[in-house]
Amino acid sequence: MPKVTIVEDPVSGKGKTVEVENGTTVIRAAAKVGVEIPHFCWHPGLSVAGNCRMCLVEIEKMPKLAIACATQVADGMVVHVNSEKALNARKAVLEFILINHPLDCPICDEAGECNLQDYTYSHGPGHSAFQEAKNKKPKRVPLGPNVVYDAERCILCSRCIRFMDEIAKEPTLTFVERGDRVFIDTFPGKELTNPYSMNVIDLCPVGALTNREYRFKARVWETSSTEAICTGCARGCNTNVWVRNNEILRLTPRNNPEVNNYWICDNGRLNSFRHVNSAERINSPMIRKDGTLQEVGWDEALAHAADALKPFSKDEVAVLGSAYSSVEDNYILQKFAKQILGTSNIDFLRHEVSGDEDNLLIRADKTPNALGARVVGVVSPKNVDSPRIFELIGSGKIKALYVMDDEVAVTKDIEDLLAKLDLLIVNSWVSSKTTRLADVIFPSATFAEKYGTYVNFLGRVQLSRPAVSTLEQERVPGRFNMSRLDNFGSAFDRWNKGPRRNVRSSWEIISAIGNLLGGKMRYQSAQKVFDEVAQSVPAFKGLSYAKLGERGASLSEGAIGKKTKEEALVR
Amino acid sequence: MMNNGNGKKGPQLTLWEKLYFPEIIHGMSITFKALFRPKFTRQYPEERWVPPPVFRGRPVLVVEDETNVERCVACGLCARVCPSLAIQVQAAETELDKERYPELFEINMLRCIFCGFCEEVCPEEAIIMSKDYEMTFSNSKDAVFGKDKLLTPASQLKDRLEFLKQYR
Repeated sequence: MPKVTIVEDPVSGKGKTVEVENGTTVIRAAAKVGVEIPHFCWHPGLSVAGNCRMCLVEIEKMPKLAIACATQVADGMVVHVNSEKALNARKAVLEFILINHPLDCPICDEAGECNLQDYTYSHGPGHSAFQEAKNKKPKRVPLGPNVVYDAERCILCSRCIRFMDEIAKEPTLTFVERGDRVFIDTFPGKELTNPYSMNVIDLCPVGALTNREYRFKARVWETSSTEAICTGCARGCNTNVWVRNNEILRLTPRNNPEVNNYWICDNGRLNSFRHVNSAERINSPMIRKDGTLQEVGWDEALAHAADALKPFSKDEVAVLGSAYSSVEDNYILQKFAKQILGTSNIDFLRHEVSGDEDNLLIRADKTPNALGARVVGVVSPKNVDSPRIFELIGSGKIKALYVMDDEVAVTKDIEDLLAKLDLLIVNSWVSSKTTRLADVIFPSATFAEKYGTYVNFLGRVQLSRPAVSTLEQERVPGRFNMSRLDNFGSAFDRWNKGPRRNVRSSWEIISAIGNLLGGKMRYQSAQKVFDEVAQSVPAFKGLSYAKLGERGASLSEGAIGKKTKEEALVR
Repeated sequence: MMNNGNGKKGPQLTLWEKLYFPEIIHGMSITFKALFRPKFTRQYPEERWVPPPVFRGRPVLVVEDETNVERCVACGLCARVCPSLAIQVQAAETELDKERYPELFEINMLRCIFCGFCEEVCPEEAIIMSKDYEMTFSNSKDAVFGKDKLLTPASQLKDRLEFLKQYR
């Protein structure tokens, strides 16, 4: 394997030597030793294009500067990243790129997370020799339903074109025109409607491609980001949730080579957090008094639920878990059902949309934790699965039902069945057909409001963190990238007045009822619940929140490390 | 030793001062003389002070006279630089060339410290310090100035705009 020396400091000339695989490019070798070489067109998830010329470095014994993204290492190679020659070349490249790049950072949405802005600060010339008027090109061109294109800002790196060709496998975008008139457009008669089209927004190193929905909603430094998991399907893509004023504004993918790489589908990005901000959220526990649902306090509702459950024998109650809920919630639910209620009528509903899947990310199973729910034991020991439970409700054998975080009344038939029940207790995020029939409703926390682990279809256990504060759960400082407003603002600021909902995690609600029924389910946090899961469920053996980290770990396979420095540098 | 009651030493008076009446007459004569000197008191609020252009009064948003559109593009830099977190901006899209405009622009005048950083950072010269120094509120909600109070035609702000052109 070739050894290559990367010299970052031009003064001392001392470099770091690293041994890499044959065929590795210089930019990757440099990232391996923690040296960032600036780049626009190169992206670790895409093929090499080499058209931006930003990554020029000086390599000993080479007559000219070489681009680090396309040059493969050779044994004994010495790369000077920041030599005077290389720095001057980069300065010139930036000056060229900025010739026609409009100076509209105040308007541009990318400002604050813009590669061009960052590199202009760190490597730019600080002035321009170009006195003439800048190019005029099409602005605000809708390339598709979700992506808006600004040709003036575009630096023509072709990342978006390559993404559509190589990853989405639907070549839609192309360069049109020549010379200084060149810009990006869709092929005639085509639109950017691919289910992965919005990844080009993250890929765009400048603000040329913007998210139609998020456009102008907030500046990046006003929003805090939290590492979470997309709950849109069984893939469990790693995401960052961007929050301002306790409201989720957008979702972006987070790199995890084991799960989603750098990508996320448009549906997950746009719709997987809708219910968190929904106006339909339930904001207080409710119990049915004299035929109508009335808001009550937590203690009253919990006591009411426990009392109402007491008269039923173990065969008369059934429990439905949820593949939308976390491992912790489902574990507590099955413990509650099996140990306290003593019932074996337990299952969870499947939400598979057959046919709606592909080879990249999207899965037919639209829940994030179906495997997790099964593994922790939301399965009936006597094969009383959900269709059988509905049958037994129909025949009047099951008289009480506990539903956690799911919409059960999906059809009219089931709705009629639920109406037959003597007791229906529901944990729910939003008001739904099921909650309208319920006798007791507990408002439960969504994925964005609690610590929770989810097991994706490949058996990868991943931790999602609270991005939105509730009345009782704060976002934990240090576990998310804080915006200036969150850092320095006070509770009296208007941007801290976003709704804090009166919700609890389902495991908290269920264990409280369990305790009222004489059980011993005392947990201080989701982490403590997970510790017990790790002890009592063999598949989770050896796992803990600390071991899950940012990347998660496979079931019964120990932990996989945190994000490496190398991965932090390639963007 | 004189004692002023606090156990501390009072001023040491000379015999002349201790005689009392001569000092009273001295004081009255000063008062009497002042009656014939020119007056320096301003009869506020009937008579108001107009500050020079360098004065940093209440920050306002400039509205172009010709188009009647505010210059602000809601970039949020003023909110970012504001040391007392007094400014809140919410951008929205517009069909105009400038692409974005402030849907909401609020300055909490109880927080504003009149430092002028917002004016200095503004890339559009859209927020500038006016000559207005009179702000009274009867409750904290009134102290949050929205666009209705902030928007000011450029013609009314000529002095400051010219001052900025000259010295910045």
